[in-house]
Amino acid sequence: MCLAVPGKILEIYETNGLLMGKIDFGGVVREVCLTYVPEAKVGDYTIIHVGFALNLIDEKEAMETLALLDEISNQDLTE
Amino acid sequence: MTDPIPNIEGIMCPLPLPHNERIVLGHGSGGKMSYELISKVFLPLFKNPILTTGDDAGLITILKEVSNDDIRLAISTDSHVVMPLFFPGGDIGRLAICGTVNDISMLGATPLYMTAGFVLEEGLEMETLHKVVESMRVAAAEANIQIIAGDTKVVQNGKADGIYINTTGIGLIPAGINISGTNAKPGDIVIVSGTIGDHGIAVLAARGELNFKVEIKSDVAPLNGLVATMLNATKEIHVLRDPTRGGLATSLNEIALQSHVGIMIYEDTIPIKPAVEAACEMLGFDSLYVANEGKLIVIVDKSIADSLLSVMKEHPLGTDAAIIGTVTERPDTHVLLKTTFGTTRMIDMMSGEMLPRIC
Amino acid sequence: MKYLKEYRDSKLVHGVIDKITRSINHNWIIMEICGGQTHSIMKYGLNQLLPEGIELVHGPGCPVCVTSLEMIDKAHAIASQPGVIFTSYGDMLRVPGSQGDLFSVRASGNDIRVVYSSLDAIKIAQDNPDKQVVFFAIGFETTAPANAMSVLHAQKLGLKNFSLLVSQVRVPPAMHAILGSANNRIQGFLAAGHVCTVMGYWEYVPIAHQYKVPIVVTGFEPVDILQGILFVIRDLEQNIYEVENAYSRVVNYEGNKPAQNIIEQVFVECDQKWRGIGNIPRSGWRLKPELIEYDAEDRFQVGEITPTESPLCISGQILQGLVKPMNCPAFASQCTPESPLGATMVSSEGACAAYYRYGRSL
Repeated sequence: MCLAVPGKILEIYETNGLLMGKIDFGGVVREVCLTYVPEAKVGDYTIIHVGFALNLIDEKEAMETLALLDEISNQDLTE
Repeated sequence: MTDPIPNIEGIMCPLPLPHNERIVLGHGSGGKMSYELISKVFLPLFKNPILTTGDDAGLITILKEVSNDDIRLAISTDSHVVMPLFFPGGDIGRLAICGTVNDISMLGATPLYMTAGFVLEEGLEMETLHKVVESMRVAAAEANIQIIAGDTKVVQNGKADGIYINTTGIGLIPAGINISGTNAKPGDIVIVSGTIGDHGIAVLAARGELNFKVEIKSDVAPLNGLVATMLNATKEIHVLRDPTRGGLATSLNEIALQSHVGIMIYEDTIPIKPAVEAACEMLGFDSLYVANEGKLIVIVDKSIADSLLSVMKEHPLGTDAAIIGTVTERPDTHVLLKTTFGTTRMIDMMSGEMLPRIC
Repeated sequence: MKYLKEYRDSKLVHGVIDKITRSINHNWIIMEICGGQTHSIMKYGLNQLLPEGIELVHGPGCPVCVTSLEMIDKAHAIASQPGVIFTSYGDMLRVPGSQGDLFSVRASGNDIRVVYSSLDAIKIAQDNPDKQVVFFAIGFETTAPANAMSVLHAQKLGLKNFSLLVSQVRVPPAMHAILGSANNRIQGFLAAGHVCTVMGYWEYVPIAHQYKVPIVVTGFEPVDILQGILFVIRDLEQNIYEVENAYSRVVNYEGNKPAQNIIEQVFVECDQKWRGIGNIPRSGWRLKPELIEYDAEDRFQVGEITPTESPLCISGQILQGLVKPMNCPAFASQCTPESPLGATMVSSEGACAAYYRYGRSL
């Protein structure tokens, strides 16, 4: 139910009392509401759904997941 | 008591004010104002002997020395309705010329002449009209065609979104050329001339409703030069198609239906700009359905595919050309895509409008 | 595109498939709750890669599909009123009501606009003070924070011409309804990753325990979905009935607290009708009574509407995973994406549309 896409925070500012930001989706830039990620900093990656950031992307977790999956993939190659 | 004498002066129109700033209804009425609009705006920019003769129709002479065979003409008409009128990479004028030039070129024809019919909205700024017509002049020069007949109507404020343009074009098909969507054969190779989705995404961004910015320009361009180069290299082209509205997917489906064949394309081979891909991700669009205005699909016998590809890549409008698939016998009339994982899915024609999704 | 392409890596996909194949010793039936996951599975043909013995059932996780027919008809009624600008997320425009869809309402001359974000609807209200702007606030928990924020923002800006037509649905009650049904075949769940990004996954622990089903929080990219399936299979093979998180780069146990706070400020639980399924108690959210001035149903007094659903449509059984789309008599004949009879053919996440688009002729 949830098309949410990762993007990188380029700028953070306030408009009409709402925390907003400019997000780069890999060549597409759009303004997004950052109210739900108050701890966000420029350079962070966040997951965006209908113009709202829902959470920051945890780089460490992302790396660990990929490492785990890589290990799983390699297990089968060597067996 | 006699009736008051009617005041007839009230219904007489004073000398019309010169309307140099904006289009008014009078410009479309066929009288002096129409004549002035044509003389001042269209004729100087579309200048050619056929047009400046000033008759009701343009006269084309096909010289008797031209051909011993039948003369085959390609004729196409298109109405252009685009918002916004100006977008990165082009405008409605350029679109109007290139769209029809390209349709004619897809039969292998050399585009020669074009007509242009304008429906203008009352209140349109003259300067806007000038820009559009100038853009048409530039595109026509690029395509080496002449605009030899035209028409102008004006509608009330609130209709026509500023400008609607219809163009009809005529081209001559050289002897020995037989290109049609019915000619695809199993075993043929499918090539696309460059990156997909540029036009659709550029216009959507320019429209502003979805509030996103992207460094993508429309690819709108006349393809007859590229086609001529390709035909110089080989006469064995089976199909040419320009994937406009409905995108690559819809055009491939049309060809599959016309030729009663199947088409298999490979996801990893389809050229696409990263920013177009990103915009499609964000909105939930499938890039295979996004419009192009300066790209073509060519289907050829596999024996000449590689050499044709090299020729295309040498041309400025074909630098990103790529082989993207093959024509198959089964499943006939269907288009399939092989994903990067080796799985297969069906690619249907576009159904309805493409809408951004939340799901 | 960072955090996307890595999870579409072919080597990883095939590696996880191999691992699933080695891990499975029995037949299992798994449901993916989320329409976005269905879309991904069909788009990438992941079901073609899975070993025999795994049956994937597509759940009712498409808010477009499950929005009740009454609500669609109310939307049409409001959108047809003069002086209204009706704004909506894109995919809702094609959903058939009792009489046509919002496209046909627009064709009759009404002002209906697609917006990408609820804040765009607020902007339209600010730019058109003489019109009533209504925003069709549908969605699961993922979309609730965005929908809720529009109300609070309208309040802050003092907008008097903005209101919401609310149709929010919640996942946990739907899972209870499915698992508690006498016909239930589902043995494991892929929970909706983006719902859990907002709500966390603490709500699923009692469900896993009560019904003895493993539930794995799963993302949307091919590698994510296969990882979710792998974890579910592993748990099933070992009789483990717990909740696991296979989308840890964005999901944590508690969820997003600021988002949950805003939801609580704006919405209150209510019973909700799911199109094709029926009423599920406490499975929805509506505006709190103190925010009634932003409730479009109240503002426009659309009243009770008696909808007419096509008798041919068996969306309900499809949504519950009891029947597959291609076994519906109307599939691909009377019911196609161009002329859908029911909700599951409309949105590209609907199971029927997904099968029609991607799965025919294979």
